[in-house]
Amino acid sequence: MSENIYDKVKTNPKFAELVQKRSRFAWKLAIVMLVVYYAFILVIAFSPHLFAIKIGEGVTTWGIPIGIGVILIAFVLTGIYTQRANGEFDELTHQIKEEVRGVK
Amino acid sequence: MKWGILFFTLSSVLFAADAQFSGKRDLNVSAIVMFLIFVVATLGITYWAARRTKTAKDFYTAGGGITGFQNGLAIAGDYMSAASFLGISGLVYMKGFDGLIYSIGFLVGWPIILFLVAEQLRNLGKYTFSDVASYRLKQTPIRTLAASGSLATVALYLIAQMVGAGQLIQILFGMDYEYAVVMVGILMILYVTFGGMLATTWVQIIKAVLLLSGATFMAIMIMYKVGFSFESLFAKAVELKKTNAIMAPGGLVSDPISAISLGIALMFGTAGLPHILMRFFTVSDAKEARKSVFVATGFIGYFYILTFIIGFGAVVLLTGNPEYLDTVKGGIIGGGNMAAIHTAHAIGGNIFLGFISAVAFATILAVVSGLTLAGASAVSHDLYSNVFARGRADEVTEMKVSKYSTIALGILAIILGIAFEKQNIAFMVGLAFAIAASANFPILFLSMFWGKLTTKGAVWGGGLGLLTAVVLVVLSKAVWVDILGYKTAIYPYGNPAIFSVTIAFVGIWLFSLMDKSEDAKREHAAYEHQFIRSQTGIGAEGASSH
Repeated sequence: MSENIYDKVKTNPKFAELVQKRSRFAWKLAIVMLVVYYAFILVIAFSPHLFAIKIGEGVTTWGIPIGIGVILIAFVLTGIYTQRANGEFDELTHQIKEEVRGVK
Repeated sequence: MKWGILFFTLSSVLFAADAQFSGKRDLNVSAIVMFLIFVVATLGITYWAARRTKTAKDFYTAGGGITGFQNGLAIAGDYMSAASFLGISGLVYMKGFDGLIYSIGFLVGWPIILFLVAEQLRNLGKYTFSDVASYRLKQTPIRTLAASGSLATVALYLIAQMVGAGQLIQILFGMDYEYAVVMVGILMILYVTFGGMLATTWVQIIKAVLLLSGATFMAIMIMYKVGFSFESLFAKAVELKKTNAIMAPGGLVSDPISAISLGIALMFGTAGLPHILMRFFTVSDAKEARKSVFVATGFIGYFYILTFIIGFGAVVLLTGNPEYLDTVKGGIIGGGNMAAIHTAHAIGGNIFLGFISAVAFATILAVVSGLTLAGASAVSHDLYSNVFARGRADEVTEMKVSKYSTIALGILAIILGIAFEKQNIAFMVGLAFAIAASANFPILFLSMFWGKLTTKGAVWGGGLGLLTAVVLVVLSKAVWVDILGYKTAIYPYGNPAIFSVTIAFVGIWLFSLMDKSEDAKREHAAYEHQFIRSQTGIGAEGASSH
């Protein structure tokens, strides 16, 4: 790949758009995951009794659905990112590549 | 895979008849037969893969032609080791809820890998993560450090797996420890040397499918026994354990610093494991790389939910059942880690016990093969080809070196596996994760996202992170008290990551900013080029032609 192509990419406004959109989205999702996980860990570290509260009459505690919920959130977040990145972001990347090659 | 499904249905058909039969487990014929079938099938795959593995690219990355879904299954397979299947279900069996804390920690690294690392890694790398770390930095020091981090992680993980394998096989098959370790070592050398990444990936995929099917069947049968109600599963377990403690966080993660530190090690350690990072180069592009993380996260999460059910099922099925009790030592025969194995017997008799035992063995084989391949590529691609030969080695020689390294690593793993038989190895996986999180991950992450990173910064900061991780583990209870025999641990927390990861990041930052050399200026300037490639994939390694 020649230097020329990199220069063209750099000045292409769509590249700036791609980088901005993607990193904002990726960091937002990463922060959601970190907050959810560390909230979970901090409850265990500081007030584990919260997870020992029973949901109803039986023995099941809130800790169980919340724990399973963290697993599901992790999965759903990867789904959300993959969906948007493989669609919108890849389309944008494709356009950038086309434009860069087009004006040779 | 067909035969796996066949046995799966076979054992469910035989279940009804077999349930009344309380067999002895001295010589487990069905386990041995099923394991032999697995070995023959995987050696067949290795033969097939060997004929398609011609270039270095084939050897390291299966030619880049693995699909996202296949790679996702293989990544899940790498992650679902025998240690996590037996260990986490055993932990749930003994401590209940606490087992879930571990599973969650192991899982949440994956979304972070997807959002911040996966596609950049795919776009920048060729065969190893050192390719990415050294992309615009000086080859010799960075590759040496990254390869050392890789080898340290691989070696620790490998020893832990080998010792676990030997002990497990001893119990499951009644085979001597040494023979078991030698057998695992030889099979893994065969898979990797002849079949490269292609064979390693397919062995991993087959095992992942078998393990997921087996665990699903166990979970369904457990839920069937309690009328498909979680409440009655938990109620039964609480009644048998005579305590509510298993339904809430217990003593496993006691103080806040240990809790957060464990969280950091598990989360960022995953993103620094060389055998996992290597898998991102086996797919054709960033799109497939993302798909693989999505698929892997789904399967790993599902698997952890299954182990949670199996752990509680073990409480219900094994507690008070004299057949599984160790009358001398108390508890169940073989200790807590055998909970899943005994539960398999309680559910499906000897046939299903055989199936699960064979799957556990297959799991160890598949995981050690992936580790060995990652270790061999650190030696051949990083240390030999790029450091020793300064990039002038031809492909044929590099391939040869990688095959010799595989054999050498295999033999080393056998020797260390035998040497560590009686040692307490519990700290090893923790140390592997700590090193991955404190040395590999910070360098990799900052090389992709921080333009001001310099060689000096990476070497000093990464080196300090590595050193801190090792020193703190030695000073912690796992080594200082349990192995060296001192009274109290100098480092009071369970895990070094909270300090070592911080030191690595701060060290890299500080030493990079202090670096005013000409090299540093060149490295800053090269970032833009790297950034464009990492974001768009322009100039990235594509899939090979076949």
